[in-house]
Amino acid sequence: MSHDYGFFSFESKDEVLAKSKEFWNPGKTQFWIDEGVPLVIDRREGYFIYDMSGKRLIDTHLNGGTYNLGHRNPEVVSAIESAMTHFDIGNHHFPSLARTALAEALIAGAPPGLTKVVYGSGGGEAIDIALKTARHATQKRKIVSIVKAYHGHTGLAVATGDDRFSKLFLSEQPDDFPHVPFNDLAAMEEALVGRDVAAVIMETIPATYGFPLPNPGYLEAVKAMCERYDALYIADEVQTGLMRTGELWGISKHGISPDIMVTGKGISGGMYPISAVLVNEKAAGWLTEDGFGHISTFGGAEVGCIAALKSLEICSRPETRSMVHYISDLIGRGMRSIQDLYPDWFVGIRQNGVILGLEFADPQGAKFVMRRLYEHGVWAIFSTLDPRVLQFKPGLLLTPELCEELLDRAQVAIGLARDDVARAGRKAS
Amino acid sequence: MPELLVESAGVPRARAMVARAEWAARTFATYDKPSVDRIVRAAAKALADHAAEFAKAAVAETGFGVADHKALKNLACSTGLVDHYRDHDYVTPRIDVDAKIVEVPRPAGVIFALTPSTNPVATTSFKILLALMTRSAVIVSPHPLAKDVCSAAAKVMAEAALAAGAPDGVIQWVAEPSIPLINALMTDERVDVIVATGGSAVVRSAYRSGNPAIGVGPGNVPVLVDRTADIPAAAARIIESKSFDNSILCTNESVVIVESAVADKFVSAMVHEGGFLLNPEDRDRIRELVFPDGHFDIRFVGKDATWIAAEAGIRVPANTKVLIAPFDLAVPEEPLAHEKLCPVLGLIKVPTAARGIEVARAVLRITGAGHSAAIHSRDAQTVLAFGAGVPVYRVSVNVGNSLGSSGIHTNLAPSMTIGTGYAGRSSVGENLQPSHLIHWTRLAYNADVREVLPDFTGLSPWTAATGSVPPYPQASNLSTANVAPPRAQDDATELREEIRRLIVEELHQIIKG
Repeated sequence: MSHDYGFFSFESKDEVLAKSKEFWNPGKTQFWIDEGVPLVIDRREGYFIYDMSGKRLIDTHLNGGTYNLGHRNPEVVSAIESAMTHFDIGNHHFPSLARTALAEALIAGAPPGLTKVVYGSGGGEAIDIALKTARHATQKRKIVSIVKAYHGHTGLAVATGDDRFSKLFLSEQPDDFPHVPFNDLAAMEEALVGRDVAAVIMETIPATYGFPLPNPGYLEAVKAMCERYDALYIADEVQTGLMRTGELWGISKHGISPDIMVTGKGISGGMYPISAVLVNEKAAGWLTEDGFGHISTFGGAEVGCIAALKSLEICSRPETRSMVHYISDLIGRGMRSIQDLYPDWFVGIRQNGVILGLEFADPQGAKFVMRRLYEHGVWAIFSTLDPRVLQFKPGLLLTPELCEELLDRAQVAIGLARDDVARAGRKAS
Repeated sequence: MPELLVESAGVPRARAMVARAEWAARTFATYDKPSVDRIVRAAAKALADHAAEFAKAAVAETGFGVADHKALKNLACSTGLVDHYRDHDYVTPRIDVDAKIVEVPRPAGVIFALTPSTNPVATTSFKILLALMTRSAVIVSPHPLAKDVCSAAAKVMAEAALAAGAPDGVIQWVAEPSIPLINALMTDERVDVIVATGGSAVVRSAYRSGNPAIGVGPGNVPVLVDRTADIPAAAARIIESKSFDNSILCTNESVVIVESAVADKFVSAMVHEGGFLLNPEDRDRIRELVFPDGHFDIRFVGKDATWIAAEAGIRVPANTKVLIAPFDLAVPEEPLAHEKLCPVLGLIKVPTAARGIEVARAVLRITGAGHSAAIHSRDAQTVLAFGAGVPVYRVSVNVGNSLGSSGIHTNLAPSMTIGTGYAGRSSVGENLQPSHLIHWTRLAYNADVREVLPDFTGLSPWTAATGSVPPYPQASNLSTANVAPPRAQDDATELREEIRRLIVEELHQIIKG
């Protein structure tokens, strides 16, 4: 069967995979084949993605929240279509209609103290903007992040993260970018006590590390230390923001007003790349001193701003918040009852709202579960930096019926993965 | 200025309400009877506490009706309704031992309720309480003319219900109703049933929507007074009923038909009660004024009789409640034979009761079939002949029709939505009541005597509601154990805070006296 997409066509999925290796990314293409997830996403709609074969998957990966509102959310699509009759990317040199409107909307819903918005075109750029902003504001260079952190792959961002991504490109900068263990306040204090740190950057719940939850009081104490040692607190809310925790920003649940907050991914409904950095007055100085200090042709593209305005509005609705609380409750209870069936295998549930990290009793456990879920029509991804843990992120607008279906599928798949691991263990020994 | 095509902001929000309602309905459907009773009582009381205030606000917002009468209806449709259904149970499974059938009630789910401008708060309360009694979620879309007062009414009920343990989002309301919004919700497949009260256009589009619907047709109430009637009582009841809320209800009398033998006595009695008999010239002036070009002028909806008379340049006593307009023939081209949403009452004299029944049929041929009619008579045979001959599904006998057919002064189901049945192009012929909003799952045992029905007594599949629903999504490592409510401490604090607030409020009330 030929696959004709109008602008291009392929004879078969095999052709796509072969050409993907030839012209695009052989390593990544082969990885998924080897992992038992030979997915080439074709049609996408709501919380469903379809492989080229027609196989339907419920998406609970959502690309880290990019598709919080579902794939091709009709409201966002319609907003963009409408925007394109008047706007394009815009001109980054000048004041802009859509950038101003979005900035005002972002500030209106932000934790207290944040007053200005800087735009990027993706999360990595936004993190770089945040780090540069902190360095300018404090006139210090050091950035503290946690061990196994992940904040993106751009020049500065990659240095905050695990060396899995920096070493490859000879981009580690250990002197300027010390890493401290998560949930370790003593280590954090040790890193800050010299007063030579510009900022601590912290995902409210570290996603790529498998959503280990901050110990009660941990983030609050880190924020207090930042104040004590003249460092800024940067909240990376790319994955925890936009209502995923049941509040618009996860950091609000901790009562923390960060100096800088970064948002991306879900902010524009997965339809147009844009990211934003919200800063308080303490950090905003460079925007007055030299407004051309950071330049980005695509940063804050006006069509993206309208997608973001719409997505932000949807996320901010009381109806959405209420639904997230319902979904969180149902999925949480459902997962606990699955855990009751397999307590020796499904050993932990980390949950805050519709952010879940599911822990399994095998160093590669989440990969087994991922494969079985894929087979049973659910797409969820293992945590790159802790493959025991499956990232499980149901959408914000799920219906009760789809949640029940999702739990049905998960129950069977988790059980089968347990048997797979047992078999693999017997073979190995 | 650029003109970007943007969907009216209310429409996506309204769709979001349906999604939220689905969640609320799913949870509410598992509540047990005591939990439901607590919620129903709390919501009803909240409305009743504001009955007079909302009545005044409704008159102020819509510009019609009588505040005291509306206050009465607000009470009847809140605490009154709950009292009426006190011994009814739409939650607990029923056991029919002889039939070997156990019946489990199933809520409708998501109800989309349209409420009219004429009866705004009472209908809002009525539909919300029916939804709560039967464990459904409800989205109220008020008539645009009464949107503020209806939103306020829905809000106090929603807050009270939530405080009593109802699931979040079980009562929602559309603050800014519009045609596109109503169309979007009516055709939304997630809506389980539309309950439409209002003009024919709204009711017809409810039925066209493709969704299950309960809508009711218009009224045009004929009332027959025969020679056996208690004339003074009939006159008093009819004047009171016709002037109730300045005749904006679909149950207010439209045309009174009286047997000639008692006509003079009856008309005198009506005049004694506050009726004003128009002479032919004044009658024509009123007809021309209220029905210019044969169509009802909505300026007169729910206005006082004295105001209407003054507009027509007719001098009437200050205590006039109803203008009586005599005419001879009930036919479509006679405006006075149509529904009049103001205190103008048509009057036709007939030689016999049998002829009176024919005239009543003629009135209903114009409009109002399936709705209601009234008769004042002591003759059972005439009453029966009237009931069988006139195409309506309720006849108020020896009682004013306004509160008779709506079940407030009769033992019909108290209702602000009068089912007009197939004769009135409706799916329901009774007064709308809770039972219309549930279906039953029937567990039917083998009829063979060897198969024995086990004892179901005391069994219930439902659970009591505890805490806030849904619970606040605390991080999982903040709870000591998954089974313990994560915010037990906070809940207790909140409860104490709430009690403190209530005491302070009460003290304020006492001080204000």
